[in-house]
Amino acid sequence: MSHVTKFAARDPGPAARMTGFVAHLRDNGLRLGVSETGVALEALTHINSANPSETRRALKTVFTGCAEEAAQFDGLFDSYWMNGGRVTTRVMPKAKPSLNENVHSSRDAKADADTSGGAGDISAPDGGEGAAQSDGEGKLVATDVSNLFKKDLRSIVRPEDIAEAEKVALRLGASLRDRRSRRRKAARKGDQIHFRKVMRQSLATGGEPIALPKRRRPDRTLRITAICDVSGSMTVYSQVFLAFLAGLMRADTRADAYLFHTRLVRITEALRDKDALRALSRLSLLADGYGGGSNIGGSLDRFSRTYGRRFVDNRTVVLILSDGYDTGSPEGISNALNRLKKRGCKIIWLNPLKGWDGYEPIANAMAQALPYLDLFRAANTLGDLASLEPELARL
Amino acid sequence: MTWTTLQTAMAEQGYIASGDLAMALHLSLTLGRPLLLEGAAGVGKTEVARVLASVHDTQLIRLQCYEGLDAAQSIYEWNYQRQLLAIRAASEDGETGKTVEARIFSDEFLLERPLLKAIRQDKAPVLLIDEIDRADEEFEAYLLEILSEFQVTIPEIGTITAKTRPIVILTANGTRDLSDALRRRCLYAHVPYPDLETELSILVSRYPDISDRLCAQIVGFVQSLRKQDLEKKPGIAEMLDFAGALMGLGVADLTGDPALLQAILTTLLKTQADKDAVPTEIAQRLAGKAA
Repeated sequence: MSHVTKFAARDPGPAARMTGFVAHLRDNGLRLGVSETGVALEALTHINSANPSETRRALKTVFTGCAEEAAQFDGLFDSYWMNGGRVTTRVMPKAKPSLNENVHSSRDAKADADTSGGAGDISAPDGGEGAAQSDGEGKLVATDVSNLFKKDLRSIVRPEDIAEAEKVALRLGASLRDRRSRRRKAARKGDQIHFRKVMRQSLATGGEPIALPKRRRPDRTLRITAICDVSGSMTVYSQVFLAFLAGLMRADTRADAYLFHTRLVRITEALRDKDALRALSRLSLLADGYGGGSNIGGSLDRFSRTYGRRFVDNRTVVLILSDGYDTGSPEGISNALNRLKKRGCKIIWLNPLKGWDGYEPIANAMAQALPYLDLFRAANTLGDLASLEPELARL
Repeated sequence: MTWTTLQTAMAEQGYIASGDLAMALHLSLTLGRPLLLEGAAGVGKTEVARVLASVHDTQLIRLQCYEGLDAAQSIYEWNYQRQLLAIRAASEDGETGKTVEARIFSDEFLLERPLLKAIRQDKAPVLLIDEIDRADEEFEAYLLEILSEFQVTIPEIGTITAKTRPIVILTANGTRDLSDALRRRCLYAHVPYPDLETELSILVSRYPDISDRLCAQIVGFVQSLRKQDLEKKPGIAEMLDFAGALMGLGVADLTGDPALLQAILTTLLKTQADKDAVPTEIAQRLAGKAA
């Protein structure tokens, strides 16, 4: 901490060091453009830049843009400027090796789909055996053992399925369109007089307002935030749901998606990848622990405290895809849902088990969640999801 | 003015700013960039602007954002009633259309709203755009234009360029995520709940005649209350209300009268769930620890 980095003698000067620092920040996920470097250098001329704590404060103000970045910044500053310069003080950082060769997938998408024997038909859960298996006693009990080996999601979802899911997602998105905006725009039929137009038009008639243009509130789209359970008990259905999520992301640029098993992972960025296959590879990297135990309460709680505060408002529909078999305490779920509900969103829970004859939401978690749900429906195939359309329109 | 003199000047006005915040304000002033302040409700974000205005001895222009805020309420609006009357009067005087048009779309009939007002001042004011995250995305786009160009285009008049550049402060407390474009345009400072020393000096600067013991008790109590799992954590304003209530009731020791303390807790805890979460025993334990 107390040692200021010693830069090499051939180092060209402060500007280059600052560039190196910005590159260091970018490597660590801060989104910075070229102009920030300029602003930072200018800022340093206004303070005593020989004083590390002043410089730290100044650069923090310039380079960070949200609370998370601000929290991260001190560590990054130390590692670049204060560390004796062993690790990350290179002015020209080399390109980071990608985490996995598969990320830059250049292989034949077709061949891959063919070899992925596990992929069944998208319109039904993974064959009859899967459902039969889950009929047995041991299978539906939630476990809290994380599944540590990575499962390749590409063997579960095929790219073709995504195209189909995309269509369904588009239709669902369209049915969620109606929520009145609070601003008013000129319209042929409206509830208020558009005074500005009245004035302009009445000029021609000597101040006599003959035509009365109207304005009204236009309709605005709701945003979908989907949270998908990929724990062990959901394995047979996750194929459908993941395809749906992938389709949703591609159809609606404002949608948001999360996975959870024992942890919560945001997958929006990964699924936005233009290459559907690569999107899935990235997803597999994120979703280690796939098919393990489930911690619905904990995950929803984390969601409502972190992402929920930023991305959920009264124009959001939160779509939870889960069977409600939980290892955590049921109060966790109801508290989290309560907190989400207070943000003014709609909550829809799609439970694959609800489609079974004689299903009662007696799983403790599910029973606790019920009072907070705007819609509780069965869905285990894409067809089911598609048939939700009229119900969503009514929300 | 360096950032430390700014910090002292603000302290004289009764605002104890942390080093990070003072530096951010200083840079925002010297670089002429808007400053985005983020933090939980009740940590004194809005107060920063007020104090800054009095430090610079200038006007504070405030725009409170809400859902549905649009150009008519934030930038300018024509005074339609007067315009209508003027047109009628003009037609009786036999004025021609062209001159009437020029007249009714002139400054005289323009209602300035905060953003336009801020760029037309002779002395650079402090423009506070409060709770920007409550306004919707379209408004952010308007704001970006004004914050980058400092000019407003009115179709009937033309472009109005800023006489002086206002000192712009935006506040947000996370109702929705702000766009990257807006964040990039601004300098940023996160305002956390104050630490023990800062909060003590805030309390002392507001209530100079408070006893040291009670002061330490109050701040210790409120700080430990913030560590509890509450829906709405008490901010600085609540802490000051709490201190004011204690002073007004002549309480010299928090642990003295449990029932009274419980009653005064209404100044700190604003929901029923939070009140239930801090029953008498817990309140007494926290007060005892703070003593």
